[in-house]
Amino acid sequence: MSGFDVRKVRADFPILHQEVRGRPLVYLDSAATAQKPQAVIDAIVRFYQHDNANVHRGVHVLSERATEAYEGARETVRRFINARDAKEIIFVRGTTEAINLVAQTYGRKHIGAGDEILITHIEHHANIVPWRMLCEQTGAVLKVIPVDERGELQLDAVDALMTERTRILAVTHVSNALGTVTPVKELTRRAHAKGIPVLVDGAQAVTHFPVDVQDLGCDFYAFSGHKMFGPTGIGVLYGRMERLEPLPPYQGGGDMILSVTMEKVTYNRVPHRFEAGTPDLAGAVGLAAAIRYLEALGMDAVAAHDQQLLAYATKALESVPGLRIIGQAREKSAVLSFLLDDIHPHDVGTILDREGICIRTGHHCAQPVMQYFKVPATSRASLALYNTTEDVDALVRGLHKVLEVFK
Amino acid sequence: MSSDLSDLYQEVVLEHSKRPRNYRVVEGHDHQAAGYNPLCGDQLSVTMKMDGDVIRDIGFQGQGCAISKASASLMTAAVKDKTRAEAEALFERVHKLVTEGPEGVDMDALGKLAVLSGVSEFPARVKCASLAWHTLRAALEGRGEAVSTE
Repeated sequence: MSGFDVRKVRADFPILHQEVRGRPLVYLDSAATAQKPQAVIDAIVRFYQHDNANVHRGVHVLSERATEAYEGARETVRRFINARDAKEIIFVRGTTEAINLVAQTYGRKHIGAGDEILITHIEHHANIVPWRMLCEQTGAVLKVIPVDERGELQLDAVDALMTERTRILAVTHVSNALGTVTPVKELTRRAHAKGIPVLVDGAQAVTHFPVDVQDLGCDFYAFSGHKMFGPTGIGVLYGRMERLEPLPPYQGGGDMILSVTMEKVTYNRVPHRFEAGTPDLAGAVGLAAAIRYLEALGMDAVAAHDQQLLAYATKALESVPGLRIIGQAREKSAVLSFLLDDIHPHDVGTILDREGICIRTGHHCAQPVMQYFKVPATSRASLALYNTTEDVDALVRGLHKVLEVFK
Repeated sequence: MSSDLSDLYQEVVLEHSKRPRNYRVVEGHDHQAAGYNPLCGDQLSVTMKMDGDVIRDIGFQGQGCAISKASASLMTAAVKDKTRAEAEALFERVHKLVTEGPEGVDMDALGKLAVLSGVSEFPARVKCASLAWHTLRAALEGRGEAVSTE
């Protein structure tokens, strides 16, 4: 592939070059967490070796450097998703915290008894549970956009589900369990026509193709560092300034205030209002390094690799007798969820593991998806930019081995 | 198959998972419990008819992997016509076997359940093997609520 050399990419990821269970490691679980390139690992080490200090507080040189690195990371994220203003980037622990933040600030402020929250049937738990909790707290009602047997959203149902009581639409950009890419831009257009704000769960999207929040038009966009080759414990909530500005604080503590007396607290401006306490500085620095790494490869090239590999893997898996792929959306990202005969996914996972192949088995924290397809669990191979056709071939060989054990 | 894999998926295990024994609801049952592993979504129910202290009939139903099904199937066969205390003792033995391995376990007393010995090499699968047993204990204790492996 022109401009994208997967051999060179693999060389950047030290963890991939090891044997497990006496076999070369084949890592096909990047939708759960992605591996880290040396550039990210180095950036974190460098930060702790040279620049570590707390931010926004010290007058000394290290604090200046740390503040610069942290706020620089904010600007790097802004550029990556094409937000208008770095102030629209809030650092959080991950996608889950980002969604909870919106539910507990925007939600608590604007959503009351009898109001409706619209999600989809292919959300993972992070984009269900915070809304369920909000419903319990406020008496609001959760409504769900249905899915079809391909794993695509039933768009015909959407307009009727958006009522005058709908207060927010929360939708995943890419389904972690099925790989479905949802038409976020179109959904946002329809929601905005009815005055409904939109939150997009982008955890599985930002690693696979370019994301432009202004083009999508969404109000909030959430994603995690660790799924995009950055560290764990850091993530991003993007929010359009006009949405963020009127929101009350989320958690209370240092840095989210302008002044505190025992009688009165004046809260800081966005984004610091939402970043109570000492943030994950090294995490932000590592995330910025991951973004620079992706930018150097080019997200268009990453997306092309993704699609080529998905096509190859789909064909290869379909050649395995008794294998059924769950989720065949026309627009899909590199996730392959499947069933093999009537062999339980955990047995598939254990046998593959002994071949050095890491996949995910279970409900993928998306139990409603499993319920829709009437399966308790699936096996899931998720591909990333460092995966090759050889990895897919190893998976297919492993699946034949599973069939052998259970013949 | 590598040796530890074949220890895990022994012939008897595969056979019980494909054709589980006592896969039914016991008619007129007087004890029951549900078990659930929230991490993997496995669930099963155990129904029993007791005669005083003796388990006269026992059945299970549910969904899960080969290990959890085989373990449940073997469990029902093993505890039938056993007293509560004997079933409890068997639970302890099986638990030790799947968590620590065969060393120090009276394998003769385990009978067919000895085929679960391979599980100890697969820490991620211990819960699969023990779900049915936790559910049995809950049924014996007459606990109404579902038991969880977590």
